[in-house]
Amino acid sequence: MEDSGDTHTGFQFSNFARNEKLVSRGFPMPGCRKTGTTIAGVVFKDGVVLGADTRATEGDIVADKNCSKIHYLQPNMYCCGAGTAADLEMTTQLMAGQLELHRLNTGRQVPVIAANSMFKQMLFRYQGHIGAALVLGGVDKYGSHIYSIHPHGSTDRLPYTTMGSGSLAAMTVFEERWQPDMELSEAKQLVRDAIAGGVFNDLGSGSNIDLCIITKDGANMLRPYDVANVKGQRVGKYEYQRGVTEVLTKKVRPIEIVSETVRLITGEDMDTA
Amino acid sequence: MSLAVMDGADYMRDPRKHHFHPYADNGGTSVAIAGDDFVMIASDTRLTRGFNILSRDQGKVLGLTPKTMMASSGCWADVLTLKKVLNARLTMYSHEHHDVMSTTAVAQLLSTMLYWRRFFPYYVSNILAGIDEEGKGVVYHYDPVGHMEKLAFSATGASVAQIQPLLDNQLGALNMKDVTPPTITKELARQLIHDAFVSAAERDINTGDGILIHTITKDGTTDEKVKLRRD
Repeated sequence: MEDSGDTHTGFQFSNFARNEKLVSRGFPMPGCRKTGTTIAGVVFKDGVVLGADTRATEGDIVADKNCSKIHYLQPNMYCCGAGTAADLEMTTQLMAGQLELHRLNTGRQVPVIAANSMFKQMLFRYQGHIGAALVLGGVDKYGSHIYSIHPHGSTDRLPYTTMGSGSLAAMTVFEERWQPDMELSEAKQLVRDAIAGGVFNDLGSGSNIDLCIITKDGANMLRPYDVANVKGQRVGKYEYQRGVTEVLTKKVRPIEIVSETVRLITGEDMDTA
Repeated sequence: MSLAVMDGADYMRDPRKHHFHPYADNGGTSVAIAGDDFVMIASDTRLTRGFNILSRDQGKVLGLTPKTMMASSGCWADVLTLKKVLNARLTMYSHEHHDVMSTTAVAQLLSTMLYWRRFFPYYVSNILAGIDEEGKGVVYHYDPVGHMEKLAFSATGASVAQIQPLLDNQLGALNMKDVTPPTITKELARQLIHDAFVSAAERDINTGDGILIHTITKDGTTDEKVKLRRD
């Protein structure tokens, strides 16, 4: 029986066998957008700072010059993502929903370790097929935490971490300059410089630098924190005279009104509660 | 693999795939535009390998004779070898003929040298620009195995898909009704080269850092360096 897929939760695999057959007959699967990225997070004296570049690529072409890679999870928790764009978007949205339900159920602020467990359990279940590499950061009653989460579900709790194609460039900056109990201004500058390392030395990363600062008083998204690259200025003006596009054929079909009915719709007021 | 097969002659063994990757793609984009009494040839200054930048200051235009220049990009090792061999051939020619080789002769020599490597090609995209025997600007475009085409303007390399359509439209007046192609002045050529690279650097990750624009006239050559975004 045909499964419409609308009534079930989770992924739908009904096209799997067909697609395998197509691949074996030389019809390859369409690729998905995997973005080169630099993301990073550090713990400082009063909380955490998360950072990300804003370039999204499709192969060698820049698909989005100002995309947002720092995702909301909870008022005290955000998450940077690197990897397959769709997986990151959907996974973080799903987790934001699950965490909100958890908060409502328990009546407490969700601890960061809970989000980490939920991410790793989901990613491990899908054996790395969900291409999400994450830097999770937040502040709860136990303190300030940064976790790095790999696509297969392994996680590390670290004082500072980087991920994505620019992770090595960014990590060199952290290894050189990170120290315990930094002030906010120092931490911001450090993460900016780490992301800038990725932006300028990794071709998969570029454009602007976004930061997110989380303390016990809440989160503050700074987007953009730094416009690291100014757009190049073109010298010429490229405009076209009217009529340069050649009309090959022309056919006019009038819209004939056959009949007209007016239906009055009355209903209750929109729910604005 | 069974012993019986191993004992047989080597042509009876299972076919094996050998992993030998002699080529690298080091990116690089070049543009050349010919005018009536000048020719401009430019390249970006970024050299890449994968997602890494090897150099931010490596122009790809090589001076061959006082009237001829060649922009070469692709596998940088092959670019250097081609340049070395080509320069040797030009030196031999000048010793033999007591004269500098003409642009048209260099153009033909390059084509011949590329085709000589037909079944293990130099992995390079070339544009040759120069002043011909009549003092006119000329541009030659090559594929890696020596197909040669004489043109008024051309782009090649990593961002060819971004730049060539702009040149076709703005200089060739292609895909437009009742528009005559413009006269190519130095100012127009310089503007289009500049804007083409600025746009390519916005969207192609392999193009950036800077442009080196060379202008050749009968009086000699001039260079100009322009900055591009570095991300």
